Amino acid sequence: MPKPAVQARDIVKWFGEGPTRTDAIRGVSLEAYFGEMLYIVGPSGSGKTTLLSILSGILRPSGGTVLVEGRDIWRLDNDELAEFRLGTLGFVFQDYHLFPRLTTVENVAIPLILRRRPWAEALHVALRFLKIVGLESRADLPPIKLSGGEQQRVAIARAIVAEPDILIFDEPTASLDGETGRKIVEFIRTEILSTARCIVIVTHDARIAEFADRTITMEDGRITGIVRQAAGAE
Amino acid sequence: MASIFTLAFKLLVNDRAKFAALIVGLTFSVFLMVQMISMFSGILLRASATVLNTGAALWVMDPAVNTVANSIPMPDYVLDAVRSLDGVKYAVPFYSAGALVKLADGTYQSVNVIGLDDTSLVGRLPLVAGRIEDIYSDNAFIVVRDAEYDKLHRPTVGTTFEINDHRSVVVALAAAPVSGLFGIPTLYTTYSRALEYIPNPRFTLSYILVEPKSSDRIPQIQAQVARLGYRALTAKEFVHQITHFYVYQTGVGTNILIMTVISFLVGLSISGQTFYTFILENLERFGALKAIGAKARDLVQVILFQALLTSLTGYGLGVGLCAVLIALAKIRLPDYSSTITYTNLILAFIMVLVIAGISSYVGIRKVIRLEPFDIFRG
Repeated sequence: MPKPAVQARDIVKWFGEGPTRTDAIRGVSLEAYFGEMLYIVGPSGSGKTTLLSILSGILRPSGGTVLVEGRDIWRLDNDELAEFRLGTLGFVFQDYHLFPRLTTVENVAIPLILRRRPWAEALHVALRFLKIVGLESRADLPPIKLSGGEQQRVAIARAIVAEPDILIFDEPTASLDGETGRKIVEFIRTEILSTARCIVIVTHDARIAEFADRTITMEDGRITGIVRQAAGAE
Repeated sequence: MASIFTLAFKLLVNDRAKFAALIVGLTFSVFLMVQMISMFSGILLRASATVLNTGAALWVMDPAVNTVANSIPMPDYVLDAVRSLDGVKYAVPFYSAGALVKLADGTYQSVNVIGLDDTSLVGRLPLVAGRIEDIYSDNAFIVVRDAEYDKLHRPTVGTTFEINDHRSVVVALAAAPVSGLFGIPTLYTTYSRALEYIPNPRFTLSYILVEPKSSDRIPQIQAQVARLGYRALTAKEFVHQITHFYVYQTGVGTNILIMTVISFLVGLSISGQTFYTFILENLERFGALKAIGAKARDLVQVILFQALLTSLTGYGLGVGLCAVLIALAKIRLPDYSSTITYTNLILAFIMVLVIAGISSYVGIRKVIRLEPFDIFRG
């Protein structure tokens, strides 16, 4: 039985009050396990990004609990939450958000620098992770000189450089062509996922569906279906 | 250096265009600020030149005197009264007035004539040519070799000219630590000869220079002089009074203040605007850093470091540029009255810190309010 990495119970989230209130999440419960690649899919406005933000300690829910590795993260204060994200999570954003004025290796080293690791040591470790994503030779280039797929891999290297247990991907293939997108997700599946790591991906992209262990479908702030790739519909 | 500061440094310096704009803006602003307040310091220093060059401990004057150049003559008996006060070691007369010199080529030149006590010559300057005892020879004057010296056609020992139709002979040249404010040469002679050469009103005593028996007797002497209906100021107090007059009772202080404020605002607007643009351009990345796990204080450190680094670099370059230009100007224009004092540097430094503070505050406010959730929403 795989160990749960994330357990969400009865999550609700609304924005605004009174007549302007908008319910974004309407009572969602889910679990994500170590060794699993979990997709959250759904149309725009279905609440998947809001849910991802709540699961990763970025957006406070209006109700419900989120346990990450058994710890209720929404009982933590802001500094503790930041510490938790830095220590436990790795993020790959839709637009990568790489610093154009830093070199590739410096971009990858950022989570280590935030952990107050010495500059030279952080770069040394970052270079090792750039090698993992196959971009060692591009270490000293600024991200702007890299292709979209390469930038995505730099973002992945940055996400895994501090060796987090849980990886959060927001639309990882949105800015890539179909072939490159598939290669990237295949790479994530084969090289990044391990039994000690959980990967949660929010995506619109049906072309990469085959790489998921489970796919959660959301609509109108609710879970409308959970599909286990190997076992079929639950 | 902590790695977070290395990161801040690289984020700032690698954006060369913005970094250059920030540095140029701040350098220009500091240059203007230091230039303005140095010019004012130079004016104030020169306005007190006679006081500083004379070196007397106490100056007795009419209470209405504002600056050393505008003396109000006192009757002679005041000198006797001051000499008889408790705590006074000695007191000597001091004369200061304007006169016209007719030079050998027939042209006229305004001068300031200082008359020193005949017996003691208290307040005399060190000589660079001639002998002090020659001041007692007929028609003798000492010319001060300051920035205005050339206006007398560079006289030497033995040069003659006329003052009010009296023959005058240069018997020595003196060095003055500080040149006067009004751009006219200074001549020294004895008190009695000054009275003889220059037409005077009923009273002739410009100031009385007092040497106290000890410095702790000064307040006592000042109180006694006040009871006589006059005022006794230490050299420092007199300089302060002259400064106060120029700052608050002439337009000079206000004008320089306005120019300094404008320079400050120029610096603030350039650096504030550029820094704000810099933050705005990197806002998404700062949001990403927050999402990754940067604490608010990490980002505040980054921004403060960047603001401080640019401000201090701009400060150093601005002060350096100002010093070089003042030095160059003084080579070409001996009358140029700018002086960079420690007070000026501290003032400019404080203003630069304020610029850095305000510029970074704008950025910090923006970054602190930034929700990392916005990064996911794009």
